[in-house]
Amino acid sequence: MSSEFFIPDPDGQVPTPEGYFGAFGGKFIPEALVAAVDEVAVEYEKAKADPEFARELNDLMVNYTGRPSALTEVPRFAEHAGGARIFLKREDLNHTGSHKINNVLGQALLTKRMGKTRVIAETGAGQHGVATATACALFGLDCTIYMGEVDTQRQALNVARMRMLGAEVVAVKSGSRTLKDAINEAFRDWVANVDRTHYLFGTVAGPHPFPAMVRDFHRVIGVEARRQILERAGRLPDAAIACVGGGSNAIGLFHAFVPDADVRLIGCEPAGHGVETGEHAATLTAGEPGILHGSRSYVLQDEEGQITEPYSISAGLDYPGIGPEHAYLKDSGRGEYRAVTDDAAMQALRLLSRTEGIIPAIESAHALAGALEVGKELGKDALLLVNLSGRGDKDMDTAARYFGLYDGEGSK
Amino acid sequence: MTTGNIQLLSDTLAKARAENRAALIAYLPAGFPTVDGGIAAIKAVFDGGADVVEVGLPHSDPVLDGPVIQTADDIALRGGVKIADVMRTVREAHEATGKPVLVMTYWNPIDRYGIERFTEELAAAGGAGCILPDLPVQESAVWREHADKHGLATVFVVAPSSKDERLATITAAGSGFVYAASLMGVTGTRESVGESAADLVRRTRATSELPVCVGLGVSNSTQAREVAAFADGVIVGSAFVKRILDADGDEAAGLTAVRELAAELAEGVRRVS
Repeated sequence: MSSEFFIPDPDGQVPTPEGYFGAFGGKFIPEALVAAVDEVAVEYEKAKADPEFARELNDLMVNYTGRPSALTEVPRFAEHAGGARIFLKREDLNHTGSHKINNVLGQALLTKRMGKTRVIAETGAGQHGVATATACALFGLDCTIYMGEVDTQRQALNVARMRMLGAEVVAVKSGSRTLKDAINEAFRDWVANVDRTHYLFGTVAGPHPFPAMVRDFHRVIGVEARRQILERAGRLPDAAIACVGGGSNAIGLFHAFVPDADVRLIGCEPAGHGVETGEHAATLTAGEPGILHGSRSYVLQDEEGQITEPYSISAGLDYPGIGPEHAYLKDSGRGEYRAVTDDAAMQALRLLSRTEGIIPAIESAHALAGALEVGKELGKDALLLVNLSGRGDKDMDTAARYFGLYDGEGSK
Repeated sequence: MTTGNIQLLSDTLAKARAENRAALIAYLPAGFPTVDGGIAAIKAVFDGGADVVEVGLPHSDPVLDGPVIQTADDIALRGGVKIADVMRTVREAHEATGKPVLVMTYWNPIDRYGIERFTEELAAAGGAGCILPDLPVQESAVWREHADKHGLATVFVVAPSSKDERLATITAAGSGFVYAASLMGVTGTRESVGESAADLVRRTRATSELPVCVGLGVSNSTQAREVAAFADGVIVGSAFVKRILDADGDEAAGLTAVRELAAELAEGVRRVS
């Protein structure tokens, strides 16, 4: 087994030097951030070429994160998916409980290389915030996390974790008070404090180089999973399935499979109460091309370019944008995107808990619900790979209310 | 085809320079507190002594604005302001005063509305140009082609962090004037204007003949006088918006307050050196 876990894209076809994945991407940022964003791009190129950076990051990924993450077959769960074989890539077993740590450790090392002493980040479900607060504790960096007020309430456990780790958590009260607004506020902080501050962006969106750089830090997910499933099942999967909010865990899983034309790449977007109700965050299903948070991609917006407020039961997917590489995969036909409702995700969350003893994050449960559908579509010979991007401890309050698990409440 | 008022903008700034003073440029969002109330506020600001007005096209996600303009944008959007209302605001403000009126907004509304449609309508409304703070110069070629065709200025923002080489690229592409951000930060009033502003103006002037106007943080006549000593124009936004917010729904009081502020600032930009 290879000991390399930092595996930047060897292909290099996309993005272009200007950060374009086909028609999507680019760098739509205020002049005040141009120098800082360029500095990130230059430093990342230097880091990629520096064996010492790879050595440090690989060491952290093995001895701190606990890579490689396991691949778990889930036969009792798969009985509900038309008899398909289903393997889960266990990013929930990483330190801090999700895939987010992969990107955070890479960017934290980059922060040190740039000589910056303060890190800011946005967070939705709190997984990226917790991972960032963790890395800042490890490296002795000041840390401020922006989180929508709605999310600080539904993910209160993660707020406490971030504060325990020494981070300042700012509850953002503007707009829909969710992930989008947390990103707005983080950008405002960055513009004002850019000299000593790195914006440790948590997904494969934002201005170039973030979409490509964050993808590179997560590529390890798919590289490991591809090797593991070949060893265990003797062949490549029929489909690789992941949830998509901004799209980081999905691109991490998909990327190593892009050249494997027979492997379908299926992203599961949050349909909330149903795409037809208007209360959803299914950006690729219902959005139009536009610019949000520094790049061109699909965006949920009205006829005049105002961003519409998204909705999902999952704080981590409750976002009206999507990484530009997903927009590119969708338009090129290489990626497929389908929408999964709150209810389907919650049922899948309970099903995996009860059949396999694994409580997934509500985000990841969207991918599990998608896998149940795809399994039924493909029949019993199908082989599916699902990214279990995070664990569900943080979601127990939401789940307990949803299913009536607290004493004195009825069951749903 | 109607041509936009880029020349009127240039003439206005040149006239201020000939009078050995800085121009006063005011910002107010369209639709705030209502579309008609916003038009009245702009007329009052011109009446008080502003030379140029920037009309904000409110956006749901104003990442470069502080709490004051965010609040105004929210009020305008909840009131249902549309791009057609922004065009009407530009038209009525310009027709009533004969003064140059620009639009300032984020890029997505224009991208979505259509660049040709937007520039054509803005020129027809008598607009002088646009300030698009999140459209960097390297992404601006198509916009500039349409803006040039319709006689509209493209005003780029430069920041204290802009390197000299980049300043040259930006000023070569821009027209009308250059918007120099006085400090690193979002819109909003500040106690003092950053020391970096004078240096940025000097470095920008070294690259271009365009007038250089300074914005961000200026809210009173003392600051306006300070900035007028080294810049061609002084841009004030949040301080005007705040006067209307403070009037708390009393439209007449709001209009009086912005007219008075404009008069005070107009006094300030008449350089005492």
